[in-house]
Amino acid sequence: MITGPHHGSCGDSCCLKLQNVSVTIGTDRILEEVNLHVHCGQLLALIGPNGAGKSTVLKAILGQRAYSGVIQFSVPGQRHRHPPRIGYVPQSPAFDPGDPVSVEDLFACCMSRRPAFLGLSREMRETVERSLARVHGEELVKKRVGSLSGGELQRVLLALALEPVPNILILDEPLSGVDVEGMATLMDMLDELRRTYDLSILMTTHDFSLLPRYADQVVLIDHRVLCQGTAEEVLSSPEFARVFHRKGAAE
Amino acid sequence: MSLWYALLDAQPWEMLHWDFMKNAFLAVLLMAPLFGLTSTMIVTGRMSFFSDALGHAAFTGIAIGAICGLSSPTWAAVLFALGFSVLFSFVRSRSHQTADTLIGVFSSTAVALGIFIATAGGGSFTKYNKYLIGDILSVTPGEIGMLALVLLAVVVFWVLMGNRLTLAAVHPQLASSRGVPVELVQGAFTAAVAVVVTLAISWVGLLILNSLLVLPAAAARNVSRNLKQYHGFSVLFALAAGIGGLTASYYLGASAGASISLTLAVIFAVSLCFRKARA
Repeated sequence: MITGPHHGSCGDSCCLKLQNVSVTIGTDRILEEVNLHVHCGQLLALIGPNGAGKSTVLKAILGQRAYSGVIQFSVPGQRHRHPPRIGYVPQSPAFDPGDPVSVEDLFACCMSRRPAFLGLSREMRETVERSLARVHGEELVKKRVGSLSGGELQRVLLALALEPVPNILILDEPLSGVDVEGMATLMDMLDELRRTYDLSILMTTHDFSLLPRYADQVVLIDHRVLCQGTAEEVLSSPEFARVFHRKGAAE
Repeated sequence: MSLWYALLDAQPWEMLHWDFMKNAFLAVLLMAPLFGLTSTMIVTGRMSFFSDALGHAAFTGIAIGAICGLSSPTWAAVLFALGFSVLFSFVRSRSHQTADTLIGVFSSTAVALGIFIATAGGGSFTKYNKYLIGDILSVTPGEIGMLALVLLAVVVFWVLMGNRLTLAAVHPQLASSRGVPVELVQGAFTAAVAVVVTLAISWVGLLILNSLLVLPAAAARNVSRNLKQYHGFSVLFALAAGIGGLTASYYLGASAGASISLTLAVIFAVSLCFRKARA
């Protein structure tokens, strides 16, 4: 197993650490003894074939899946037990095209107690505008969520995950359903956000072309960690060749 | 009530001078926001078919209540419908069948059980007809009071839970990542629907009920771009159909519930044309 270089600025304390995390659903062993370190300010990409358990890793971290093992968070300058804020961008194509929910409604539903169907308060509108500005999406505010393109939807979900600005950002397949141009835009944006807010980013993806440029660390899993390191190391590893050539993945 | 009666007596329309029409008119005015609001969330939560099944369960509950000799079987029906929705949620979370299949299973079982109980020992089914077809013209001032209370409860529920319900319905993963207890919220909503459906069943009838719980929001979806318009149009359509349908039934001598449903169907058809124009 290759160990990745440490680009983060957090010294010994890692922002997010998974130790021997296993997940079993029924009789299926979804994850086996997974170990991951996401360092502060790093972008870690989780890759693997379909059904490898990538989303399960994210769900375990989010507390949506029962697991055995240890998931530890630490934020520099904060007490150890203080849970960090996690921003989560779920896997996307889930909005019904007919849902009469505008982008600002979605924000209000997520953030405000005031019923969105009564309209938004001025304060809320300002928050929405500020959040969308972070992802250069000001023009999307009145659009229905079902009518957004793949890239637009990802930007809206990203803006939501960034309000309030989290310590760790988790994205599940943010590049699926996004065209090539949109992918580069989105990754540039993530890179910019990471630098601006000193975010740690953990994402799953099926698109490997952008990894060398943007990912600090790449982890290949297929129920267990097969290989981890820099993008170049992982993409040229025998494990990568074995998993993706035998499985015949399109990428 | 006497104020309401005096107010309608002062109107020039003959149909509003009958006491039963005064009651029905007031009931419709209360039912419009009730069904308008409930239907928005039923449609957004893809529960149209489920609310229909709940109606069947409520009918069975009424039959059970009647057989037990309760004077007002409605409350037995509320309990039965609540039990039905809890059992359904339980089975759904532990089964690999799709929701529509399970709804079919539950719905047909409930209605069969209801008819079986109602007719066991050679009983006559006729007395249950009012729950099947319903009769808003026979609504009593006491029932109108209940209707007002239910409406108030639904409005409070909506104001408190509306955002979380919407989020849980349109994007469950996003909702739970934002700390919304999705199953709990959906369970609470299902229970609320069970109560609304069961109480409404004796006024509008099982056959008509589901159209009132689905059509206002279905039409509103066609012409709305955001949640405010969605809820506004839904209540407006329910109100227009309620008043229009009641009036039509008075002059044509047809069932009021059916007239209201048909008016809603016409509104839905018109809204479809607007959807094309909007897209």
